[in-house]
Amino acid sequence: MMKFDTPAGPNPTDKLKVLDKPYDRIDGPLKVSGQAPYAYEYQDAAPNAAYGVVVTSTIGKGRIDTIDTSDAERAPGVLMVMTHLNAPKQNDRGSPQLQGAEIKQYGQAVALVVANTFEQATAAAQMLHIGYSQEKGRFSLDLLKDGELSQRAGNVDMGDFAGAFAGAPAKVDVTYTTPNQSHAMMEPHASTAVWHGDKLTLYLAHQVMHWVTSGVAGTIGIPEANIRAVSAYVGGGFGSKLVIYADAILASLAARKLGRPVKIALTRGQIFNHTTHRAQTMQHLRLAAGRDGKLVAVGHATYTGDQPGGGGEHASGQTKLLYAGKNRLIQTYLAELDLPKAGAMRAPGEAVGLLALENAMDELAEQLDMDPVELRVVNDIQYDPEVGPDRPFSERKLVQCLRTGAERFGWSKRNPKPGQVRDGQWLVGMGVSAGIRGNPVTASGTRVTLRPDGTVLVESAMTDIGTGSYTINAQTAAEMLGVPMAAVEVRLGDSALPRASGSGGSWGANSSTSGTYAACWLLRRMLAEKAGFDPEQAQFADGAIAAGDKRVALKSLVGGSPVTAVDSIEFGDLTKKYAQASFGAHFAEVGVDMHTGEPRVRRLLSVCSIGRVLNPKTARSQCLGGMTMGVGSALMEDLIVDPRFGYFVNHDMAEYQVPVHADIPDLDVVFLEGEDNKSSPMKARGVGELGICGVGAAVTNAIYNACGVRVRDYPATMDKILAGLMT
Amino acid sequence: MDQDSNPKRTGVTRRGLLAGSAATVALANAHALADPATPSPAPAPATVPVSLNVNGTKHSLKLDPRVTLLDALRERLGLTGTKKGCDHGQCGACTVHVNGTRINSCLSLAVMHEGDEITTIEGLGLPGNLHPMQAAFVKHDGFQCGYCTPGQICSSVAMLKEFDQGVPSNVTEDLENIVFSDEEVRERMSGNICRCAAYPNIVAAIREVHGGGVA
Repeated sequence: MMKFDTPAGPNPTDKLKVLDKPYDRIDGPLKVSGQAPYAYEYQDAAPNAAYGVVVTSTIGKGRIDTIDTSDAERAPGVLMVMTHLNAPKQNDRGSPQLQGAEIKQYGQAVALVVANTFEQATAAAQMLHIGYSQEKGRFSLDLLKDGELSQRAGNVDMGDFAGAFAGAPAKVDVTYTTPNQSHAMMEPHASTAVWHGDKLTLYLAHQVMHWVTSGVAGTIGIPEANIRAVSAYVGGGFGSKLVIYADAILASLAARKLGRPVKIALTRGQIFNHTTHRAQTMQHLRLAAGRDGKLVAVGHATYTGDQPGGGGEHASGQTKLLYAGKNRLIQTYLAELDLPKAGAMRAPGEAVGLLALENAMDELAEQLDMDPVELRVVNDIQYDPEVGPDRPFSERKLVQCLRTGAERFGWSKRNPKPGQVRDGQWLVGMGVSAGIRGNPVTASGTRVTLRPDGTVLVESAMTDIGTGSYTINAQTAAEMLGVPMAAVEVRLGDSALPRASGSGGSWGANSSTSGTYAACWLLRRMLAEKAGFDPEQAQFADGAIAAGDKRVALKSLVGGSPVTAVDSIEFGDLTKKYAQASFGAHFAEVGVDMHTGEPRVRRLLSVCSIGRVLNPKTARSQCLGGMTMGVGSALMEDLIVDPRFGYFVNHDMAEYQVPVHADIPDLDVVFLEGEDNKSSPMKARGVGELGICGVGAAVTNAIYNACGVRVRDYPATMDKILAGLMT
Repeated sequence: MDQDSNPKRTGVTRRGLLAGSAATVALANAHALADPATPSPAPAPATVPVSLNVNGTKHSLKLDPRVTLLDALRERLGLTGTKKGCDHGQCGACTVHVNGTRINSCLSLAVMHEGDEITTIEGLGLPGNLHPMQAAFVKHDGFQCGYCTPGQICSSVAMLKEFDQGVPSNVTEDLENIVFSDEEVRERMSGNICRCAAYPNIVAAIREVHGGGVA
């Protein structure tokens, strides 16, 4: 176990012969040819799998009174129908399914139908007769704003907020709303369950393998050691696949009962209501500044909602760290709702918190008659504003991001007065936003093997959900062991391999490569000892180990059997001693059709400071994805609640609109040079979520600059913009 | 948004009918709504013979007529490179070529394709022998999670042929002189959603292949 509790000194990753180079993804050829298997596609491991189809509740709150399965059971090809009346008892802790008549949310699983074919199961799933008693549910934040609210942990009341706010010469007091949003990753949640005796192998779409083994084992009541979870390839997650849903539990239970593999994919329609979503927010921003633009009062209250025990969307969090200001009132209030359960979605908190905060900063800049870039610059702070200089940032280059971006984007050409720039029918404007995303790290392990032919095998339970984990872990091993990329093979996404961080919260790349770094250090030591070299002095390069003028080919150290090292990284309290976050500055140019109000993004630039860049090609792609999702949050993404039944009515890929090719121009991404030795031995920080943090606000600030319409209820759709244009 | 949770206020709607407008909802779906007392349904449907030419190989199958072309490829022929993203023709992940034209295979029943020539991602190229478009996607990082990727690539290859055939799009300015441009590509590729949003990289890959570049 390698403990990372002091800032990293010089280490072998500093060579940057392989790291920080734009290698193509090593899993690329498999993915572009359809050869990478996803959860529903393990036909070799489960050649005779039966097909399960989940039936979900059509009310948001109430009870199942009657459930008649006789027609479904008699339907052709049907092998079993499972409901709460015959489902095995499961543990409350975990993700139990079909455990009673109570309906807590629309889309809750109420039955499973298993048949020989998908078509038979789908048809039979239509033949259940279910009687419900519907109860009145709490489905709208508006109804609850003054009602039953609880405060979430982490609230801050510092200095004299009310006094400072009242006495300041410039201030904004505005409320923004952000809607429920859906991850809408491309691969539906799916599971293929295969039992061998009392051992279960579960091929599923998940981001963290040991959460599957503990969660499924805990739910269905078997030892964790008896479950192997496999997610070798995951078709996108964005947080949705941090959770265990009905597909995993019901496939496992049905396969055990039938003595035959069972596979289940949630239908696209089910995904929107059965699985988690990003919760809606109302955000009350009160910012006050002196004439010099320096913030004297920072107030951010978020109202959000979730089922009992849930967390909603903590949209005030980033405001604790982003700007200076001595008087601070930062709060999150939580209402109990009966909507589907909320959960983490890409940059939970920041993604929608910055939509409101960075719009409010734009409003403040206008009131101060100050350039929005300068307003952010004068409010930069190099330490945690709640703690003081004793907790500095590990590396904070927000000002440099802003300056670099302004220069590159041509910010000086922006006319601060809205509605002044025309291009044919288009009113054109520019907007800016700061970006911040916390930098969590977590323990992660890897097994590294030097094989007799001189190649290296890297194995870890880490997942690659499109993030590039295969490639950057290969780069890490190649760098550490001095072998070419072509000599490295990587296997991931299998709980039988060393426990790893998994993917989520931007922690995956930094944590998992640090685990690989630790295992490589151990292997280096083993190999140096075999060669008779001092492990501290030995150099690894060009497939050989060298010390002084002695040089030994790695291959010659292996002999007949491979040499294997297993180790993991654990992180100490450096994230407590130092505030750690990735920073960015986003610049948008948007055209608004003067006749229809249609907004079109014309240019978008993100300047990012993420410490060391492990692979500029895959890191840039992460930013492109975040930026595009940011555009979606600004302009179109909106899960609409039907308050009669408490469900998301636009539950498909056509009505829950996400950006398509035609919405997204060429995007520009710049990474500032840097390294963060307090973050990890890799000296990197998270990048997967930074792109979405602030981009949407840059877009809506550009809309305001283009046409003078400030839409405070996201998304800024053309109907809302047009209404503003006509007033 | 209508914040009134009393369904009676909203009048009769299809959704209201399906989900019920009284306190007790007796029925879960439209079939049942029509006649909840319907006895045991019809026996197993007969299978229908169909032969498909997939990637140059003829397959003679007997299929449940409800099987989509997508599920025939994935679940009957084991060609899982073609992906199911939505099963509704809304995402494009299931795009294949039928007689050279791109279609959403989830919106088409397999039995409608007797004798058709079908090309899937596996037929375009495999590792070691990638199609130029596949290679360009790798080079330009035109994907992340990889799930929409086979559909994007099948769509790209057919889309370029549509240019050659003079097929216009919604953004074509001059029907007599259709000019390849990024805007045309983005319009024509908008039926293929990529939530990881590799869009700029996909356009770069297509641009390179169109320009004759081989990655």
